[in-house]
Amino acid sequence: MSRPVKQIHLAAHFPGVNNTTVWSDPRAGSHIAFDSFVHFARTAERAKFDFLFLAEGLRLREQNGRIYDLDVVGRPDTFTVLAALAAVTDRLGLTGTINSTFNEPYEVARQFAALDHLSAGRSAWNVVTSWDAFTGENFRRGGFLPQEQRYSRAREFLATANELFDSWRDDDLAADPVSGTFLRDARAGAFVHRGEQFDIHGRFDTPRSPQGRPVVFQAGDSDEGREFAAAGADAIFSRYGTLEEGRAFYADVKGRLARYGRRPDQLLILPAATFVLGDTDAEAQEAAREVRRRQVSGATALRHLEFVWNRDLSAYDPDGPLPDIDPDPGEHTVAQGRAQVRMYRDRLATAREWRELAAQKNWSIRDLVIEAGNRQTFVGSPATVAASIDALVQADAADGFILVPHLTPGGLDGFADTVVPLLQERGVFRHDYTGSTLRDHLGIDRPAEPGERPTP
Amino acid sequence: MSAPSPLHLAAALDGAGWHPAAWREPASRPRELFTARYWADLVAEAEHGLLDFVTFEDALAPQSSRPDGPDGRTDRVHGRLDAVLTAARVAPLTRHIGLVPTVTATHTEPFHLSKAVATLDHVSNGRAGVRIRVTARPDEAAHFGRRTFPAPGTSAPTDSPAAVAEELWEEAADYVEVLRRLWDSWEDDAEIRDAATGRFVDRDKLHHIDFEGRFFRVRGPSITPRPPQGLPPVAVPLDGPASLRTAARSADLVHVPADDADRVRDAVARLRGLRDADGPLHVLGDLAVLLDETAAAAADRRARLDDLDGPPVADGIPVFAGTPAGLADLLLDLRAAGLTGFRLHPAVLGHDLPAVTRGLVPELQSRGAFRTAYGVGTLRGLLGLPRPANRYAAAAARS
Repeated sequence: MSRPVKQIHLAAHFPGVNNTTVWSDPRAGSHIAFDSFVHFARTAERAKFDFLFLAEGLRLREQNGRIYDLDVVGRPDTFTVLAALAAVTDRLGLTGTINSTFNEPYEVARQFAALDHLSAGRSAWNVVTSWDAFTGENFRRGGFLPQEQRYSRAREFLATANELFDSWRDDDLAADPVSGTFLRDARAGAFVHRGEQFDIHGRFDTPRSPQGRPVVFQAGDSDEGREFAAAGADAIFSRYGTLEEGRAFYADVKGRLARYGRRPDQLLILPAATFVLGDTDAEAQEAAREVRRRQVSGATALRHLEFVWNRDLSAYDPDGPLPDIDPDPGEHTVAQGRAQVRMYRDRLATAREWRELAAQKNWSIRDLVIEAGNRQTFVGSPATVAASIDALVQADAADGFILVPHLTPGGLDGFADTVVPLLQERGVFRHDYTGSTLRDHLGIDRPAEPGERPTP
Repeated sequence: MSAPSPLHLAAALDGAGWHPAAWREPASRPRELFTARYWADLVAEAEHGLLDFVTFEDALAPQSSRPDGPDGRTDRVHGRLDAVLTAARVAPLTRHIGLVPTVTATHTEPFHLSKAVATLDHVSNGRAGVRIRVTARPDEAAHFGRRTFPAPGTSAPTDSPAAVAEELWEEAADYVEVLRRLWDSWEDDAEIRDAATGRFVDRDKLHHIDFEGRFFRVRGPSITPRPPQGLPPVAVPLDGPASLRTAARSADLVHVPADDADRVRDAVARLRGLRDADGPLHVLGDLAVLLDETAAAAADRRARLDDLDGPPVADGIPVFAGTPAGLADLLLDLRAAGLTGFRLHPAVLGHDLPAVTRGLVPELQSRGAFRTAYGVGTLRGLLGLPRPANRYAAAAARS
């Protein structure tokens, strides 16, 4: 018996500070001006996307001791811009990346609860962790964590925030002027949390929001990150957008859910995906090649090679062969403020592999960087791209995709106009929103009402 | 002598209004206090009245009539929405009015709040400000678990409430300094998008702020480019003697109780005496207002509200109950004592905010004391504050 056709979830990642974003294109607009966010969000909503996604980094990147200037630099504050976007959209989910290392649960919980109220139930939290002292220098506690504690803090941070969200019941607000009863229970908001990372108690000050809690995303790829997601996330922002890798990741993570008493449909797998469209597949391939050349200039190629080599490679010719010296295998010091460098767990092996590949294909440094890390996920005519997306979802390589356009703010327009209608025709993507909250769009249950209140 | 300058007017938005019984009034919408529409309507009304700005009250604990923790009451408004997010939510729906959320300096990160207010300024095209508060409340501290404050009445002389408050305001001054350095950490023309060299920014125009003070250090630069106003205005309450130095030296706007003229004159003199910062200082009087067509009706309403809930907690804010014309008389008297404007706290927002915008404002306009149209686009512009030069660009130009 064949199983029912899966419905695809689609999200739009506002183009960020990676080299994916082509700022040098004449059509590229501001990545700060609110108009850019409005255009992008309204396009996503017009196309009936599930949500908009914002990444975050809390320190400007540096490389070789100086601020990195080759990519887009700077971004607005996540909560503030999402709250403003709630005013110009009506159904679109609003997902913000918020760090569990450089924040406190009480403040973050009230910010998400406020965002959920102010958007009538459209908020989501991508929980990320970091431990680096580099970022910590921007914060008053100067705080950073031993690497092995970052997930224990993240787990406890999320658990604590959930206790705060759950400290109000839906019916705690009476607001009855006749009887003069504003609160049904004087203990509304009461919480006590005593843990390794947080020892706090008192009263949470924001009533329970439309979604109860924001939808929770997780983006880390380590074993601990996957376990964290299986235990408590509603969705994963993953990096595996190809069939084989996607299916392996999907099976691995969904397989972990039973241990936590959860069903496979309670955790969505949404890989990041880049795309280039053309009238024909051939035109799209040509356009994609051009986009890659813009994304990876000679200078960018050298800097990216430094992520693996952990050495200053300024003296090398990006159009020449790869360096014959080996990477510095010590602590990574060249590129700071980048999660990316942690992808290369064995730098010597990666360097060896890349050198062999480049020699075999006769690739320059720039060719190698383009081919090794900057191929688009989907390239083709709208029909080809729609078919690829559908195939990957039906094959359980994903439940949908978080699309990362390369242009701000118009990079989603073509997809909305040409690919979405084809997905709708295939019967795998909504023609219109059927609910009003992000949980409705994602098919995720509202969390159950909390039980007994703690005794403070 | 030149004619006195027109008044600046702000409205303080908090729950259903300043009076704790406000939520029970027919003009109130108590079931909507946690919805975007409620806040959007209030700010639209304030903008209709051409006010300079609105403030959004906030704290890091629920409202309480006790100084140390929950009061166990169920008959008052309880709970709030984060002020910065609320301001951001209404920003795209308004065009002229300034948006000034309250921020608690004591338990929050200046790096986060600097980019939040900068972003509020970006999404509102230059209408953001920020109002600083500090707190020694033990309940707020227990929500963060990172520091403790003595419960009121139990303190040793070395950490008397006055000494604690003074230290918190000293910390707040550092906090404001960090906000501003981070706003300046990007020069206005740092983004160059130079395709020829492949450089998106001129990194010589991005600055580490390297702030090191008694309470914290912050490296910078901000992750958010310089806001449209350069430096959004910072408001500080004159909260007894403890905040005097910070108010005089670190604020663009100071809120003082709109008391009798002598006390106002004294407060203004002390502030101006300590002022050593560049730029004009606005001193705005805080005043709770109940406005009706007759003074008797306003007094009756005040009595009715007090009957419902007893007189409001003593927050140091004087109360005016009367007619718009009577209020205009009072405001102009206090202007003569040195105030440049007022932050009015409508006792019942649903009633007294429209009474300000539709009663008081026309009254002041007819006396030539208030604007008849919005002219300029930014909050600094409304307040007559010039856009400041960037300290780092200025330093580079000098060297």
